[in-house]
Amino acid sequence: MSTHSLSVRGLVAGYADRTILHGLDLEVLPGRITAIVGANACGKSTLLRTMSRLLSPRAGQVLLDGKAIHRMAPRRVAQVMGLLPQSPIAPEGITVADLVSRGRHPHHGILSRWSRQDDEAVAAALEATKTLDLADRAVDELSGGQRQRVWIAMALAQETDLLLLDEPTTFLDISHQVEVLDLLTDLNHRRGTTVVMVLHDLNLAARYADHLVAMAGGTLHAQGAPEDVLTAETVRAVFGLDSRIIPDPTSGRPMMLPIGRHRMAVE
Amino acid sequence: MSAVDAIATGRLRRARRRGAVIGGALALLAAAFALTLMLGQSFVPPGTVLRVLAGGDVPGASFTVGQLRLPRAVLSVLAGLSFGLGGAAFQIMLRNPLASPDIIGISRGASAAAVFAIVVMGLDGPMVSVLAVAAGLGVALLIHGLSHRGGVAGTRLILVGIGVSAMLDSVIAYTLSRAPSWDLDQAMRWLTGSVNGAQPAQALPLLVSLAVFGGLLVSRARDLESLRLGDDTAAALGTNVALTRVLVILAAVGLIAVATAITGPVAFVAFLSGPIAARILGPNGSVLVPAGLVGAALVLGGDYIGQFLLPARFPVGVVTGALGAPYLIWLIVRVNRAGGSL
Repeated sequence: MSTHSLSVRGLVAGYADRTILHGLDLEVLPGRITAIVGANACGKSTLLRTMSRLLSPRAGQVLLDGKAIHRMAPRRVAQVMGLLPQSPIAPEGITVADLVSRGRHPHHGILSRWSRQDDEAVAAALEATKTLDLADRAVDELSGGQRQRVWIAMALAQETDLLLLDEPTTFLDISHQVEVLDLLTDLNHRRGTTVVMVLHDLNLAARYADHLVAMAGGTLHAQGAPEDVLTAETVRAVFGLDSRIIPDPTSGRPMMLPIGRHRMAVE
Repeated sequence: MSAVDAIATGRLRRARRRGAVIGGALALLAAAFALTLMLGQSFVPPGTVLRVLAGGDVPGASFTVGQLRLPRAVLSVLAGLSFGLGGAAFQIMLRNPLASPDIIGISRGASAAAVFAIVVMGLDGPMVSVLAVAAGLGVALLIHGLSHRGGVAGTRLILVGIGVSAMLDSVIAYTLSRAPSWDLDQAMRWLTGSVNGAQPAQALPLLVSLAVFGGLLVSRARDLESLRLGDDTAAALGTNVALTRVLVILAAVGLIAVATAITGPVAFVAFLSGPIAARILGPNGSVLVPAGLVGAALVLGGDYIGQFLLPARFPVGVVTGALGAPYLIWLIVRVNRAGGSL
């Protein structure tokens, strides 16, 4: 069970002359799965990038265990919090085992040697992501779904209590999307890892998240249990879309059906 | 076999292959070094070479080996190490083989400053090296500044660098044309690079630069290697990306500039060493140190070929230039075929 706390206070952040986040507060629930959803350019990736200190805030703070994360040593943060960015790069020809072992980076200084504990962490990460039999394969030969599992394995080998993921299911077909989300849920149940992820698919977010955060225009529009957040009003405010919300017959979670201008049986 | 054992075995296998490649490269380099001391216009037997190296006075051989061949071989190895390490550091950091200092104008900046210092300001010795390092850093800052637009994109930096490089070439050509007493041999040194007329004293600044800047690079090798996964992933793994970048640029520019101030820009050694080392090493860890060894072998071997194996005597830069140019063309053609994104 994760004992680390992560919270965001009055966060203002952006790029160059564009401010994207306009004063945002968020409390990440320890040991739970949080999904951040919102329209394109609403600032959800910017929020994740600032929380994982890839981007410095203009104002406000990201607090890890009560301390400002942007003033902590990068290595210390990386021992507690892992991040899977949107487009990581696999060096040409690198094998799965080698790539996953790069996740041990924050646990090593300039002179420290590789230990049995490192091998155990890598093996456990490969087993958890069912990529052990791919260990000696080159990453560039793998399918999209396999590759994403390998990247998650690298983040797991980091052995952090907090794991942030920026759209981990993008570019994957639906079966691999479900596979990745199941894997993250396993991780959350077994190790109590706190998961925070940006997701594109509202219905998958509602199904897998304990806590749903809906963003619009660089601020928090709504947050809470999916049942409370995923309403027709929220969808209209956040996406500018009319919709019907029905209970998902397989999970009991709310499910959004978009209403367009055509192909509507009930006018 | 348990999963943990399998992982440990795989890791040991990679480490062993890496050790074998580095050991093999060192052995080859040592053999080539010994051969260049023995072979030349006249053959000097190994026993005599050893006696000269031990400080013994052998008529004839003391001059050919001690005064001519040894300083030349030492300078070749040290300059090659500097070019190989510095070039590979840039290529790893920017994840692009075209991002080598001799393509993006940093070597040209050091050359231009050295030529200016010698021809116009009448300087020599360490002051030339200091100015060359300063100019190399200046060019690095300039292309970084010109290509910075909400983050540094590798492609933009390379294109800006190629432009700056062309500009600096004309500065070198202009300065040389203003130096009436400048003889052709010295002018060639600043255009292609050469170890002709190597002096033992020239090894000292290279040794210092390798100890300081090379040491800094090797101590940062692990952080540098993490940048290959992308800047975001490296940061997520606890690498201080900005600091690593600054230190790597400083160290690589220092290595390249000091070597350039002494031998001139030995064409394409910085550019070729990393990719050749990567091809030999395979995916078995950082290419940095192997690239240094390949650089040393390229300069040592290239100089020997230029001196003795061609119909006329050529400076080493002509030989490495002839090797590097086709590779550059191939690389650009391949990149264009892949869709034009570098």
